[in-house]
Amino acid sequence: MYPTDVRITKIIKETPSTRTFVFDRSFEEAIPGQFVMVWIRGVDEIPMTLSGSNSITVQRVGDATEKMFILEEGDRLGIRGPYGRGFTLPEIEEKILLIAGGVGAAPLSPLAEYASSAGICMNTILGARNTSELLFVDHFTSCGELHITTDDGSSHRCGFVTDVLADIDVSAYDRIYTCGPEMMMKCVHGMLEREDTLEKAEFSLHRYFKCGIGVCGACCMDREGLRVCKDGPVFSGIQLRDSEFGIYMRGPSGIKKPF
Amino acid sequence: MISITGIELENPTILAAGIMGTTGASLVRVAKEGAGAIVSKSIGPEPKDGHSNPSMIDLGYGFLNAMGLPNPSYPDFKDELAVAKREADVPVVASIFGGTEEEFVEVALGLIDSNPDAFELNVSCPHALGYGASVGSNPDAVETITKAVCDAVDIPVWVKLTPNVTDIVAIGEAAQRGGADAVVAINTIKGMAIDINSGYPVLGNRFGGVSGAAVKPVALKCVYDLYNALEIPVIGVGGINTWEDAIEMIMAGASAVQIGSAVYQGLEIFSSVSTGIEIFISDRGYKGLSEIIGIAHERI
Repeated sequence: MYPTDVRITKIIKETPSTRTFVFDRSFEEAIPGQFVMVWIRGVDEIPMTLSGSNSITVQRVGDATEKMFILEEGDRLGIRGPYGRGFTLPEIEEKILLIAGGVGAAPLSPLAEYASSAGICMNTILGARNTSELLFVDHFTSCGELHITTDDGSSHRCGFVTDVLADIDVSAYDRIYTCGPEMMMKCVHGMLEREDTLEKAEFSLHRYFKCGIGVCGACCMDREGLRVCKDGPVFSGIQLRDSEFGIYMRGPSGIKKPF
Repeated sequence: MISITGIELENPTILAAGIMGTTGASLVRVAKEGAGAIVSKSIGPEPKDGHSNPSMIDLGYGFLNAMGLPNPSYPDFKDELAVAKREADVPVVASIFGGTEEEFVEVALGLIDSNPDAFELNVSCPHALGYGASVGSNPDAVETITKAVCDAVDIPVWVKLTPNVTDIVAIGEAAQRGGADAVVAINTIKGMAIDINSGYPVLGNRFGGVSGAAVKPVALKCVYDLYNALEIPVIGVGGINTWEDAIEMIMAGASAVQIGSAVYQGLEIFSSVSTGIEIFISDRGYKGLSEIIGIAHERI
């Protein structure tokens, strides 16, 4: 399919480094954790996980996202998707834990919204570099506990999400969902592996995408050749065992870049 | 079991170049899914990031892509190729490209220690300036490059042809004169898509190559003509989505088939096509695949 033309109806400055772009087109069929390919015409096309059925939340990290930050309300984008495998939705009676670091709160936001509307018991650990970079605090407070950490201690608990996780009894949860910087997720993975709870954990990954539809292989991970765009971007903790996760990723040419 | 250019394949389905072929692990995965052989992403002399995105879109009736030959270059790829060789348990073909015959030879020699079973020369990419079809539409260049690689290595050399020429047979004959062991036809057909909302061409490279169902009739005619004109085997590729498509390609003259875009449906495509071919051969009472290769040429 050709990219769908959408108009940006609203731009929300969430934190100094992140903005939410709301479209006039809603992707109601999207499962939380799925992504869209966002075409900034004349610049590039980048994968972004939906932060709502009609929005993406973007952190300024490179050329394409830099260009997104000069867009204004009323400007247009091309959207392909939603694509990929999203999070496994929890059952009503399940108790879930969300672990979000930085802009990783964005893909978890629609999941929190789902859990909240379904009345699912949900607790969240939300971390950021500092107070001003805390994203979507109010999205995770509708039910359950919210544990906040900041790397610099500028508010709430000083430290990392893993420090909070270490104090939590993970066996009390039926499902654990996480998204954030890969090294943070790698630490979470290691802790859950030690607790023997990897099978109930899901991780949302980021890799360089080209086709976005599972054909070209640019985003394949070692050692099983999993395609992040098609078999992911959400993977179970078991799938990520003995993989490149937390060790390296590949750039556009396929050359490995260590974390 | 079939034999093509001296290589033994469990079944005639081969992963086409440019699909799931950048890493050893992804090539191994495709082999485990049932491909009879696997062809790597095209590897060149220098690392290339490729064109900016969008680099591929689904048209519904086929696909349009302009990846731009992204590859890590041969020094970085030789370990990936070695992984594929060690773990795939099927023949591994290294697709290579360059701008000159010297570059083709440099890349081939740079990968030879990883023991590929054959090389496939990409003289047919339609959208990389100075590479691919820029050399592959010139019969003299194709002959020179093919000869240079054939002289430099002692494994089979396949040459992948572009359909973006007036007469593909003339290019196929040039490859054969150069010493090619087989030709592979076809690479993608030049095409483009324009976003009517903005007027922008959709692909980052503005134009690219069409693959998938839409190109099958074109591929069939090319394979049919090449089979007629050449002594060496023709490997058919272009729009194979089902076992029926594969049989059609074989009846046009293909000794084996490559599958690329159809991976979009799922990696089971290789086992479903090869099983379908096997059942067709036995149900119709044919002694083997060789009995139907080019059979359309006899039906006059």
